Amino acid sequence: MKEWTVITGVIGSDAHIVGEWTIRHTLREAGFKVVSLGALVSQEEFVKAAVETNADAILVSSIYGQGRIDCEGFRDKLTEAGVQDILLYIGGNLAIGEYNFESVAEDYKRMGFNRAYPATTMPQTAIEDLRKDLGITTEGPCAPRPS
Amino acid sequence: MSAALLIDFGSTYTKLRAVDLERRIVLGTGQGPSTVTTDVTVGMKAALADLERGLGGLPRFKYRLASSSAAGGLRMVTIGLVRELTLEAARQAALGAGAKLVGTFAHQLTVADLDKISALTPDIVLLAGGTDGGNSDVILHNARALGRGALTCPIVYAGNRAAADEAATMLSGKSLLVTENVMPEFNVLNIEPARAVIRQIFIERIVHAKGIDRAQAMFDQVLMPTPAAVMEGARLVADGCAHASGLGDLMVVDPGGATTDVHSIAKGDPATPAAIRRGLPEPRVKRSVEGDLGMRHNAATIVEMAGIEAIVSDSGLAAERVIAMLANLARDTERLPGTADEEKLDRALVRAAVSIAVRRHCGTVETVYTVNGPVTVQQGKDLSMLETVIGTGGAVVHGREPQSVLRMALADPAAPFSLRPRAPRLLLDREYLLYACGLLGAVEPEAALELALKHLIVLSAAPQECGMM
Repeated sequence: MKEWTVITGVIGSDAHIVGEWTIRHTLREAGFKVVSLGALVSQEEFVKAAVETNADAILVSSIYGQGRIDCEGFRDKLTEAGVQDILLYIGGNLAIGEYNFESVAEDYKRMGFNRAYPATTMPQTAIEDLRKDLGITTEGPCAPRPS
Repeated sequence: MSAALLIDFGSTYTKLRAVDLERRIVLGTGQGPSTVTTDVTVGMKAALADLERGLGGLPRFKYRLASSSAAGGLRMVTIGLVRELTLEAARQAALGAGAKLVGTFAHQLTVADLDKISALTPDIVLLAGGTDGGNSDVILHNARALGRGALTCPIVYAGNRAAADEAATMLSGKSLLVTENVMPEFNVLNIEPARAVIRQIFIERIVHAKGIDRAQAMFDQVLMPTPAAVMEGARLVADGCAHASGLGDLMVVDPGGATTDVHSIAKGDPATPAAIRRGLPEPRVKRSVEGDLGMRHNAATIVEMAGIEAIVSDSGLAAERVIAMLANLARDTERLPGTADEEKLDRALVRAAVSIAVRRHCGTVETVYTVNGPVTVQQGKDLSMLETVIGTGGAVVHGREPQSVLRMALADPAAPFSLRPRAPRLLLDREYLLYACGLLGAVEPEAALELALKHLIVLSAAPQECGMM
């Protein structure tokens, strides 16, 4: 049975750990193997962890509004390191001030993120998307459980 | 009387320490040339004769234990995936086993890499890569490459457990030992099992391969490489044994002719409250080896690193004189300082080597400014609160001012982000006993500990001036 591995962490000079903490625990409860990198994580650390653990997805948290600067070139680094197929999601306060989230999400997609979520998203939403993107259907420890 | 003989088959000398196990004192010492490359028994006999002369006869020894760093030491190549992750974990395992690292390789091995490894003629290859269940492509590629290659030395597999069976098939023609992953989970260091396997191979095969067992009538067993014996001695002095306590966390500084070794026995948790630790956790018992900081083989590099101005001002010698003397040192690596100028240069060299080696061994802190304010981020070990620093090795012991050498290991107010010891007491292993106590500790830890503690000379008791605090 394949073990699905997800890397979580707060990118850049961002010390807000609560979002990462929540997603980490929800992912574990859902049966995923989580490699948590904590707060203040650089792109390079995410990339190295992805290479060594052969992770299936990286879930990036960014709360302090500087995410777009922190994430520039992230996908290119993954490609460079040979893990170009990994799923890359981001969630949190992805821009400062009043903004249209759709356009922000577009920015992140242009940067190579597969999905971007606003701060109001429930962790379950991202996990359902993750199952869909990874093709996890009815079998295995990460499969959705009947409620 | 119950006595023990502790032998160090070194690269230059065969050194003996005879100790009284009841009174826990050194009975005598003996020294002969190192003759491992020709016939090890010649040097051993000379050393025994030297010891006998001093003692007026040899006692019957209850134990005769040896360590060895002769014939190039335990030469190892480590292979990993990401340089800062599994390759670093493999490096720590090899260094902790007392090895001399002759090559480190990250990611897929190329044909050129394999040629390089063959040319290095390592005693052991340590193959790591991937966390358990993590990346297996790279370690399998490397196992296949090694399996097809001509290498005959033992290979230790300490990588992704999920790929171990397949790798073992690829390496079926080789002498292979499979052990636990050096990094089973991301950022979790697990080097003890690999260390134990390396030690076992050393005892069972390397000692024979190097021809040291030709002298086996004169000793019971070669237990470990000498750097591992020094490390075991340091661990014993720090942690004590069942019925006696040690000195607590400490550091050992050992500047030598070819390398400068630093050992620390300390967890190195942040002394700064709320500091965040980053990077791979380091082992509590950590050995670092600076191959570019040897007092003889690469004295020129020490000068390069420290800056010629620093050496000139510390030695009081003119720059031209320093440069001329360095050329002589490189030609005659066995040379001991004979003139006043040579002593001055040696003192400046060893002080610079200790300063740089300890700085590299210790961790650092930096302040990261976040929107919530500054956060302290620590990389490596915080050894600022360490209470003991021990100096060993000829360059410290035989120098005229060992204290001024060891003081170079201390924190420097000009470099507050380097987490070096601030106010430790400084001790000197004047009798070169740490290796001997490391060996003896394997059979009689209590006697070994008392012996070590009795013979460490206090150069200065803490607290002392170091400009900080």
